[in-house]
Amino acid sequence: MKIINKSLFKSVFILSTVLFLGCSEDEKQTVITKTRLVMQEEFDVNGAPNPELWNFDIGTGNNGWGNNEQQFYTDRPENIIVEGGMLKITARRELYLGSSFTSARITSKGKYEKKYGRIEARIKMPLGRGLWPAFWMLGANIDEVSWPQCGEIDIVEYLGSNPISMFGTVHGPGYFGGESISKNYTLKTGRFDNEFHVYGIEWGENYINFYVDDALYHRVTPSDVPGEWVFNQPYFMILNMAVGGNLPGSPNDQTAFPQTMWVDYIRVYE
Amino acid sequence: MKNSKMNFLVKTFLFGLVFMTFLSCERDLSDEATDATFSKTGAIFLDAPVEMGSDFYFPYGGSKPNAWSVDDQVSYKGSASMRFDVPNANDPEGSYAGAIFRTEGAGRNLTDYDALTFYVKASQGVVIGEFGFGEDFIDNKYIATIRNVSIGTNWTKIIIPIPDASKLVKERGMFRYAAGSQGTNGFGYTFWIDELKFEKLGNILNGQASIMNGQNVTQNTFVNVTSTVDNVVVNFNLPTGINQAVFVSPAYMNFSSSDTTVATVNDAGVVTSLSAGTAVITATFNGVQATGSLTINCAGTFVNAPVPTRNQANVISIFSDAYSNVPVNYYNGYWQPWQTTVSNDFSVNGDNILNYTIFNFVGIEFSSPTVNATNMTHFHADFFFPGPIAPGRQLRVIVVDFGPNGVFSGGDDTRHSTTFTAPTLVSNSWVSIDIPFSAMPGLASRQNLAQIIFEGGDGSIMYVDNVYFYN
Repeated sequence: MKIINKSLFKSVFILSTVLFLGCSEDEKQTVITKTRLVMQEEFDVNGAPNPELWNFDIGTGNNGWGNNEQQFYTDRPENIIVEGGMLKITARRELYLGSSFTSARITSKGKYEKKYGRIEARIKMPLGRGLWPAFWMLGANIDEVSWPQCGEIDIVEYLGSNPISMFGTVHGPGYFGGESISKNYTLKTGRFDNEFHVYGIEWGENYINFYVDDALYHRVTPSDVPGEWVFNQPYFMILNMAVGGNLPGSPNDQTAFPQTMWVDYIRVYE
Repeated sequence: MKNSKMNFLVKTFLFGLVFMTFLSCERDLSDEATDATFSKTGAIFLDAPVEMGSDFYFPYGGSKPNAWSVDDQVSYKGSASMRFDVPNANDPEGSYAGAIFRTEGAGRNLTDYDALTFYVKASQGVVIGEFGFGEDFIDNKYIATIRNVSIGTNWTKIIIPIPDASKLVKERGMFRYAAGSQGTNGFGYTFWIDELKFEKLGNILNGQASIMNGQNVTQNTFVNVTSTVDNVVVNFNLPTGINQAVFVSPAYMNFSSSDTTVATVNDAGVVTSLSAGTAVITATFNGVQATGSLTINCAGTFVNAPVPTRNQANVISIFSDAYSNVPVNYYNGYWQPWQTTVSNDFSVNGDNILNYTIFNFVGIEFSSPTVNATNMTHFHADFFFPGPIAPGRQLRVIVVDFGPNGVFSGGDDTRHSTTFTAPTLVSNSWVSIDIPFSAMPGLASRQNLAQIIFEGGDGSIMYVDNVYFYN
């Protein structure tokens, strides 16, 4: 009885705090606990992304990377370049090898794989319907067990048609695609496409907490997933900007190209 | 016991947080209003008009004056909404609904806000012509309007971004609307608006602004001619991700002239030509260059037409600054399909000039009422051709009488055409033409004169002044 009341108190407290934070930016919520910096990608060296950390995914994948995405991913500097302390992934409207758009996608597969920690990136999102940038992770064992058994942690996904919202998601066996465990976060003021925001997870054994700036908005534990918990293992990172596809829908005549996703840094803490 | 106390604490704590949240999110309007010289109240209508005074509804001319009412049966929030009954197009009291809502008193300081918002629904799906603010029927300085707004039968929130709130320090034009039945086959409908207020949303993105519809427009002028920068549009991206074009007064822009010795531009976008030469008028909005421009090609000092010297008593004037003119339906009928002539009339130091460009032919009509020129003996007009006179070029002046029935056609219209050629026609100098009625045998009567038609243009420019009958 006492325990139930305690947990009730706790959940009510968290809910109230989130409400409170939504209106008053100066009140702080305990969002992060891991503060020892163990990896940082500051995108300080101009040119192509650091080849010791990043691989390019090229082309259209299978069925538009599984989502009917309309872009062709390239490694050309027009689509991806490090410049002025930023990684810029730029989506363009152009005919390119049978696709109507180009963009870029990089992964740290086989080069940087991490189990647990606080993983965050500071990103300014692009403007316009049909754009679908993301900072996300896949289980490093994807080649052995395939998706969704390997698991997927979407630290941030963003749809250009909704410039004040973003979402964080986990996919795994029995809970993937439309059945994934996902939550939206909507800004009370400001937008994601005209300023930088910090998107991150704090991840440990049997939990993943999702945050934006100073707001914790999503917590996933094994009891939240209707299947096997596949997140107690190493994951690699992915940065990309898709154009069109099942989730965002196609760009329309209001979507101005080119559009750039700006990544200031990725930092990992323990 | 312990548990119930804890629950009590939880509830108190929760209540406190919710209460504080409410306080920090909602503006306490009345407190802010007392501090400022100009009220900072954002609300215009919640369940009743807010701080609008008693006399705030000013219908547009030709609109149904009683289209607006407060409906206490329908509301998005609270107990009432504003109801707008758009009339049938043939309603004798007015063919459409439209008005401004002008707050009484000194006006409001809206600098804390970034949008006018409201909820709207209609009795059927309709596209409503205009919603906006900034029109006060005084100087209408900061009008901002969205057009062709699609309204459904469920409540929808409409956001009209304020182009530049720093300008709105004492605004009286709180709201404006115009709604017709063009899209409903002339049949009326009803729409409701609730929670009409200025708000600080904080998530509207400024986009590209444009002047002159984004085109690079050229105008030929003379010294002291004024031109106007118009078709000013600012594009915003709403928090819904949708681009919204806002049609705004030029006063929201910052203008500049590439050569202020040739032409200057004021805050309202009015351009004054000062000397011969070329000046390009451009604008910035929020420090960003707007697309489009107005290029002024000033030809120097305008040579006015000879000033008429006849007495008003001996004249029936159609177009002259020297006389009172009779009522004129139009100085350019834009007669389709063959007419190419466009009017770009201008004024030099108060002397108005008819400026026909791409001139092939053009008709002037003064049929309500027609003109009885029985006591007149001559027709007069002054013409100026700024370009060369091509060999064989004609100018035909046609005077038309509508006959006893006083209306066009009906078998009783008569007309006479008089042709002029070089050397009467000259370039770059005023050509004064006087035609006696005795030389117009085609005209059976001059009791019901109603049209003057100029023909024979070759697509070039012709200025016209001092069109009148005299004796």
